[in-house]
Amino acid sequence: MATTHDGKPTSRVLWVDRFLALIRITFVVLISVGLIAFVAQQIDPQNPLARWLNPDATGLTAPQFKGLLVTGLAQGAMYGLIALGYSMVYGVLGFINFAHGEVFMVGAMSGMITSNKLAEAGLWEDAFVFSLLFVVVTSILISTATAVIMERIAYRPLRGSPRLIPLITSIGVSFFLQNMSVVLLGPGAKSYPSLPSWLSQKRSLLGFEIEGTKLVVLLTAAVSMAGLWFLVERTKTGKAMRAVAEDKEIAALMGIDVNRTIVTTFAVGGAMAGVAGILWGILFRSVIHTTGFLPGIKAFSAAVVGGIGNLGGAMAGGLSLGAAEATAPLVLLEPLGVDGVSQLRDAVAFAVLIFVLLVKPSGLFGERLSEEDRA
Amino acid sequence: MTEKAVPLLEFRGVNTHYGAVHILKDVNLAIYPGELVCLLGGNASGKSTTLKTLLGMVTPTTGDVVLDGEIVTHQSTSYRVQRGVTMVPENRRLFKRLSVKENLELGAYLRSDRAGIANDMERIFELFPRVKERINQKSGTLSGGEQQMVAMGRALMSNPRVLLMDEPSMGLAPALVQANFELIQQIHSEGVAIFMVEQNANMALSIADRGWVLQTGKVVLDDDAEALLANPDLRASYLGEAD
Repeated sequence: MATTHDGKPTSRVLWVDRFLALIRITFVVLISVGLIAFVAQQIDPQNPLARWLNPDATGLTAPQFKGLLVTGLAQGAMYGLIALGYSMVYGVLGFINFAHGEVFMVGAMSGMITSNKLAEAGLWEDAFVFSLLFVVVTSILISTATAVIMERIAYRPLRGSPRLIPLITSIGVSFFLQNMSVVLLGPGAKSYPSLPSWLSQKRSLLGFEIEGTKLVVLLTAAVSMAGLWFLVERTKTGKAMRAVAEDKEIAALMGIDVNRTIVTTFAVGGAMAGVAGILWGILFRSVIHTTGFLPGIKAFSAAVVGGIGNLGGAMAGGLSLGAAEATAPLVLLEPLGVDGVSQLRDAVAFAVLIFVLLVKPSGLFGERLSEEDRA
Repeated sequence: MTEKAVPLLEFRGVNTHYGAVHILKDVNLAIYPGELVCLLGGNASGKSTTLKTLLGMVTPTTGDVVLDGEIVTHQSTSYRVQRGVTMVPENRRLFKRLSVKENLELGAYLRSDRAGIANDMERIFELFPRVKERINQKSGTLSGGEQQMVAMGRALMSNPRVLLMDEPSMGLAPALVQANFELIQQIHSEGVAIFMVEQNANMALSIADRGWVLQTGKVVLDDDAEALLANPDLRASYLGEAD
């Protein structure tokens, strides 16, 4: 390494390293202190460790904790489904499609429209399972179409330009879709029809009390993920997708239609976002044109946490991010004496991202990228 | 050679341009069924462009690419692959994250005759027993020699009549280069025509029937391998011998 005579460049590098190490240590200390206090509370609320930093800490009961965890996992499954779209497009084209969150919003919006139409016709209550399937299918079709048209109009003409260009374009596409939603549907929040009461009931499963809605969310996500895994790992289309992700020129030499494979990738990512949009509708029953923003950014974080380009990683990243943002405020931050912990979900989600990037920059399941593959 | 037969693959007065730069200048080539021919040339002589044009990744500005009597100048790569041309790329270029089996299957991407594909897979296992041992491994974990076998196997899976080889000696240890050229001869002995692009003129000409020498986009020599090996100009420029 080249050192100038006064040694400045070298010492600056060391300084940055020290600073990063300090942040890593702070993270680890905060997490361990919070965890110790949480465990201490569980053993005995009067335990001195439990009230060490926060004398008012009340502690969580086991059912409360389980409830938070299930809520977090259900949201995390939704993040995971969105994250798949970020990860797949990154794998094939090497850029982050920031408009993907808006594809999710389009899915949630179209679900809102169809479910309200069905409710008007009286079918939503009477034939709920059928209606839900119908809503999911329409939403998949519309968000898939959105993703495919987006690729054709906004990204394909930019194929071969530096990766920063489609990335910036994707931010533009994102604004375009948000504003289209305002133009077509108005700026206010719109709600889904209420869900049948039998669905919202709590059921016990493996010692967890789970609301039916969350069960539906988790099941749908699991089925979609299994379907995607089968498509990517077991079909000819999937093999072509993986080949294109690795080397477009050689994939073309094998006779693979690279453009069609890229469109398929966008379509599949869009379909997953469509499913996630309906899950959002089931969980929160309210949708607005900015709905795609925060879940989109969190899903992107989930994709990075899991290791971008890795599909299992995207799902795992989504689930862990969801679980962390639901449980960490009360489990880790409350014993530390932080104020207003329940407001800190989003902060926790991005803290998880920063922590993972500090400790394992390639993500939990990511491969190290070679110099030329880096974005 | 069988000069009266229809060439499998042919360049008829091909010119190519990258923007305003004239790359291939009026190139004529003909590869006949079952031949082993080579194209020699230094850096920037137009060798890669020749291969890309043969495969349809570059379209000539004038002239035609003819495949078994059919003009395919404006046909896609996959159209040509389906009709019996394929390439073993320089530096092998396997799909490293995919298993050996998946790499071979991708070679047969355009085929739908399951029995034929299974048959060809067996043929490749006979040719390269090592490939069978490694069949479920990720191809990125294989040694250079093994990767070369998979790359050739992958190309053979498309059941080609003519196999293009881009710099088969590139990036391999000297012992492997020798082994590699033996593999090429073995594949050739099964009746596949081979068009080899090489910088290593000595090695290529030792196994080829005929050869061309390309210099800044022009064919400057076109002769039998033995005649080329004896040619003083070639010896001077490619075999590193001063006259």
